[in-house]
Amino acid sequence: MTDLLLRFLIGGTVVSLFAILGDVLRPRSFAGLFGAAPSIALATLGLTIHHEGKLYAATEARSMIAGAIAMAVYAATISWVLIRYKPPAMAVTLALLPLWFGVSFGIWHLCLR
Amino acid sequence: MMVDVKFASLKSTKPHEYALRFLFGGIVTVTAGIIAKRFGPGIGGLFLAFPAIFPASATLIEDHEKQNKQEAGYDGTRRGRIAAGLDAAGTCLGAVALLLFAFVIYGLLPSQAPFLTLAAASLAWLTLSVLLWFLAKRI
Repeated sequence: MTDLLLRFLIGGTVVSLFAILGDVLRPRSFAGLFGAAPSIALATLGLTIHHEGKLYAATEARSMIAGAIAMAVYAATISWVLIRYKPPAMAVTLALLPLWFGVSFGIWHLCLR
Repeated sequence: MMVDVKFASLKSTKPHEYALRFLFGGIVTVTAGIIAKRFGPGIGGLFLAFPAIFPASATLIEDHEKQNKQEAGYDGTRRGRIAAGLDAAGTCLGAVALLLFAFVIYGLLPSQAPFLTLAAASLAWLTLSVLLWFLAKRI
């Protein structure tokens, strides 16, 4: 329970700090870089290394490669849809989340399993 | 185009919006840990690159941009959505750099000190993402 609470606090703090960086930076496309900052990885990997060891964390990082490709595809698609068709941002970001799951699990299943 | 820092934009973010991002970040980090424990590091690792607060951030950008335009007497809906789209384009470049971050951790962590590995990976992410952004601007 303490570990989960610690993860929550560290995760919330690191993600918020990167989000604030994104808030203050301009232009928008530059600020957007911080939307893909390794916030969850930085919040998680330290604890994972401490509890499970370096090899376990390295295995997580190997799968993170698939997650990062999926994130790039997801963000590129959202950018195209928002600029081309201008739907509400909340609707398009939530509707396209299955794309992240499909690409990341697809790459993991085909190449990394 | 120069990169600028606008601290004034922090005032337009409401306390509950900060709280929401903290909550999302915390929940996704905890969930990533639980998934790794339940299904192993192979599946758990995917969630280290989960777009945790992307929907919330994109919505905030759209709302703030719309609000700014409305204060100037315009509708602002289209402008807000285009701003969120431009932010997403930057996120795409950051995600490409996130690949390098993962590669550096995967390659160095087994043999190097954890702190050094995380620092090197973070520096690699920052350098590549900024480089890609400048390259994209020139094209």
